Amino acid sequence: MPLLELFRDSLNEMRRGPLLYWMWVIALLAMIAFGLASYLDQLQQGLVVTNMTNQVSWGFYVANFTFLVGVAAAAVMLVIPAYIFDRKDIKDVVLMGDTTAIAAVTMAMLFVVVDLGRPDRFWHMIPGIGRFNFPTSMLAWDVVVLIGYLLLNFGISFYIVYSHYRGRQPRLALYLPFVLIAIFWAISIHTVTAFLYSANSGRIFWHTSLLAPRFIASAFASGPALMILGLKLIRTFSRYPVRHSVIDHLALTMTVALQITLFFLAVGLFTDFYNEGAHASSIRYLFFGLDGHAAMRRWIWTALSLLLTAVAILMIHPLKQSGALLNLACVATAVGVWIEKGMGLVIPGFVPTPTGEILEYAPNATEVGISIGVWGIGLLLFTLLAKAAIPIECGALRRADRPPAPAGSRGGAAVPAASPTSPESS
Amino acid sequence: MRKHRYEATTGQADHARRKFLKGIGTVAVAAGTAHGARAAWGGETLGDAFADFFQKHYQRMTPAEIQETLRRIERKAKRRYGVDMQCSNTPPRGGVVFGYAINISKCRGYRDCVHACVKENNLSRDTQYIRVVEMPQGSLDLAQGDHYFEGEVPKEGKYYLPLQCMHCDNPPCVKACPIDATWMEPDGIVVVDYDWCFGCRYCMAACPYSARFFNWGQPDLPPEEINPDTHYLGNRPRPKGVVEKCHFCIQRTRNDRPPACHAACPTGARVFGNLLDPDSEIRYVLENKAVFRLKEELGTEPKLWYFRDT
Repeated sequence: MPLLELFRDSLNEMRRGPLLYWMWVIALLAMIAFGLASYLDQLQQGLVVTNMTNQVSWGFYVANFTFLVGVAAAAVMLVIPAYIFDRKDIKDVVLMGDTTAIAAVTMAMLFVVVDLGRPDRFWHMIPGIGRFNFPTSMLAWDVVVLIGYLLLNFGISFYIVYSHYRGRQPRLALYLPFVLIAIFWAISIHTVTAFLYSANSGRIFWHTSLLAPRFIASAFASGPALMILGLKLIRTFSRYPVRHSVIDHLALTMTVALQITLFFLAVGLFTDFYNEGAHASSIRYLFFGLDGHAAMRRWIWTALSLLLTAVAILMIHPLKQSGALLNLACVATAVGVWIEKGMGLVIPGFVPTPTGEILEYAPNATEVGISIGVWGIGLLLFTLLAKAAIPIECGALRRADRPPAPAGSRGGAAVPAASPTSPESS
Repeated sequence: MRKHRYEATTGQADHARRKFLKGIGTVAVAAGTAHGARAAWGGETLGDAFADFFQKHYQRMTPAEIQETLRRIERKAKRRYGVDMQCSNTPPRGGVVFGYAINISKCRGYRDCVHACVKENNLSRDTQYIRVVEMPQGSLDLAQGDHYFEGEVPKEGKYYLPLQCMHCDNPPCVKACPIDATWMEPDGIVVVDYDWCFGCRYCMAACPYSARFFNWGQPDLPPEEINPDTHYLGNRPRPKGVVEKCHFCIQRTRNDRPPACHAACPTGARVFGNLLDPDSEIRYVLENKAVFRLKEELGTEPKLWYFRDT
């Protein structure tokens, strides 16, 4: 059974690695254990252990969820040039885009699960035995598109890796239709997540048609930022062929997306403040504080400074050429968007409440702890999947009874497959 | 003039205290049932815990299954609170759609409705379905109002605006729920199946009237103050981790009794009745008074109106 052999060989691959690899894995496991301990407490006591209230009924978990859906969607920034524009250099690394998407969607869904008051009733959502309010509820839509996106990305990348493992060329005609579906699907996951908010006409801060475009724009900034950092790390630690042109492509995407993100932000500020009325109270709370309450002010100005720093670096060509400054721009973009689309979007939707109350919110140690655990799970998932896929894609890991052959089309590595051993383990 | 003084009970300042009290409540409940094998099932028998887990959606249960469920709810109330409770599922009557109208010239901010509601509906002592907002004369902007007013009422230059679930005819909360755990009954009451809700709180984000409340921890319900006359879709004790809301005192109104807030109002500011009955008092008010609804522009069609004596 080649499938079982793939699992066995992949597991072996995940178990092998230098000290640094193990230190990283153990650090992630520690994060997960930490999160699990907090989650057990939350399961026992209820969400009362968080800082959420009837006034601010969503918080840090939903903020992280929103950001991660964006990261998942941004995988198309590798898929589109690889398949639509047939960029060979990007095809070489497109598999890492899928892997990012798989890890990000998994984390996004886990953030919804930890936010549930009764996770034991999760089965109530399964059509048939449960009741699923589709297509009316936007949350039902979100579940559908996220699970669909996870399956698409997992299916496509698994087929390609599995083919390479068996020393075969994946058949483009077989998987290209799914790739094309996945491109549209990626846009849909973040659009639906924006609709989740903008559907609520009682929350003026979210109730704007600009929300979905804003989400897509900032996702195409934060996603490539994280992918640049990830690909640079992978290039350092493996023989995976990450060419400089790929980094350049992602940096350019990020630059344009960041410019559009800032433009959208400015447009919102103008519209709300030129003739300031009750509709502007949430955005006033976010940027300047309201009636002496200003907990979100620090967050949003930090985000804005980070995004402006990043866009300055990215727009000045000599600065962008410096590896360290590009890294800085990537970190600033990722953190900036994480705040702007996370806490900066979710919390002002609840402050003031639709009935005019002002109650502030900041995550507590339990919420941060559980979130660290979820991020640990996602990073571990990415690490393990990449650890197994990279040697296969480099031609270093093949099914035992077949000679290693250079891989071809998708994700096909440009390096010759000389050594049968994993490059990392040496 | 009557003198009333009420403490703010849900202000930000005592937020931490309330959370602390919720924790205590949980501990107390756990301690009360921590004997024998029962504790392992959250103070339930294994059979009841099993039946709880697999309980169907209210609208999908057969009459026999509903009866079984109601008896189980009563058993749980006995075990947890030591109270002999009757839980019914009185159905809606044909030709009845309930509506409410509040005369804000008569409301003086005594909050008797608030406290009657808490007691009647077995609310956790940190939750109130009704919020009376102290508003400055001349404004309908809720941002100008005070939810936590204290001292002698009524105050000079203020009027009082009681808020509660508006039982919208086009309820955004019902649209939002991903698992149909909340719906509008044929008599117009928007209800929650507390045993189906899984606590995502999307309905709370969707509600324009802040009318939905979440059980962040185990509800803090003093056993000696429990109202034993309950309804499945109404005032039966709620579990933690689910959303609840005003249900027009379904256990009373479906048996021809007025809602507790209506019965408690000392100034006669509240008018409740059947919107489909042309001879009802509420129809008289709607037809003869200058009524208005909050946030009517959102198109949610609230079935709660406000009016003034002129």
